[in-house]
Amino acid sequence: MKIERREFLKLAGLSAIFGLGGTAIAGGAKQIAEYKNDPKELKGKRWGLVIDMDKFASDADVQKMSEICHTIHNVPTIANPMREVKWIWTEQFPNVFPELEDKFLAEHYHHKPVLTLCNHCENPPCVRVCPTKATFKRADGIVMMDMHRCIGCRFCMAGCPYGARSLNWIDPRPFLDPKKINPEFPTRMKGVVEKCTLCYERIAVGQPPACAEASNGAIVFGDLEDPKSEIRKILATHYTIRRKPELGTRPSVYYVIGGNKDARKGA
Amino acid sequence: MYNGGKILLGLIIFIGLMASPFIFGLGKGDAKPTPSIDTPEIKAMAKKQCVEPKEVMKTEHMKMLNDWRDSVVRDGKRLYKATDGKEYNMSLQNTCMKCHSNKTKFCDKCHTYVGAQPYCWDCHLTPKEGV
Repeated sequence: MKIERREFLKLAGLSAIFGLGGTAIAGGAKQIAEYKNDPKELKGKRWGLVIDMDKFASDADVQKMSEICHTIHNVPTIANPMREVKWIWTEQFPNVFPELEDKFLAEHYHHKPVLTLCNHCENPPCVRVCPTKATFKRADGIVMMDMHRCIGCRFCMAGCPYGARSLNWIDPRPFLDPKKINPEFPTRMKGVVEKCTLCYERIAVGQPPACAEASNGAIVFGDLEDPKSEIRKILATHYTIRRKPELGTRPSVYYVIGGNKDARKGA
Repeated sequence: MYNGGKILLGLIIFIGLMASPFIFGLGKGDAKPTPSIDTPEIKAMAKKQCVEPKEVMKTEHMKMLNDWRDSVVRDGKRLYKATDGKEYNMSLQNTCMKCHSNKTKFCDKCHTYVGAQPYCWDCHLTPKEGV
């Protein structure tokens, strides 16, 4: 069969159009798996906490915060302070706010236990120094850990001015209470750094962080960028302090220390 | 050939030694792994299908788990809309292992066979298996 050049070009052009059009239709019809946000997820621009130390009825109530957090996140209890792992814990006031230490400070402040945890800084030094981007800042302000990427170099621990990070020097699993292990949350392995993640796994399903939920209002969780949020109302009406603000890390955890209640007591 | 007998004997011993792993391994290594889906959770399912069809899961599960991990941890997106339109919570511990509650009879079967040592279980907890 003889075919003229003109005819050949016409045929070639037509088949090219059909060919391209055909794939486009088939491609469009094909269903592709996708990743989605949980509709229950809490939405915020910059999550933060206000901790009112005077709303805790007793020191035992403060300690309970650590217990609750450490239980649901499978944080091991290691007695050796050189090896311990902690997400939320207490330090004495002068250690949490060293620049506020003063010999004339009301006596009870010298031994007052203050809750401390990761401050989820707006300008986090740990994120800046992490060589593998294992720790990173999420769009909602949470400073998050990706344990899969952590190589245990501890730059972040050197970078964090709050001591909020712990390295797993030893396998943490033998130090978990087998009766209390939370089967829905992973453990960690030897050689990774861990810290508070502001309960990202709870926020993702519409729940506030566990400490805020269990604190009877002493810890308030909310969006610092939302002027109508409860946390902003507290910040607008109370004098609050942050840890080491002079470093420029801009923590998202605020403290109300020695509010009206203390003044009334005359303590 | 000088010392022909000794050389031949030596050669036979040498070849025998070198071939011994193959000879002793004959018929042992080619038993295909048989991962079991015999768990109460899977038995209770009307239609026994994983997140994606079996053939896809067989070849792609490792890549899928990597993608799930990145999506959940890095992007905060936790729901997986499968190709059949069903939605799943992307979680090894809370989704995969809820059905496949028999790690030693499922995961380990093939992993051991091919000599793969995934480090998932260094951190992620496995369901307690009744013996």
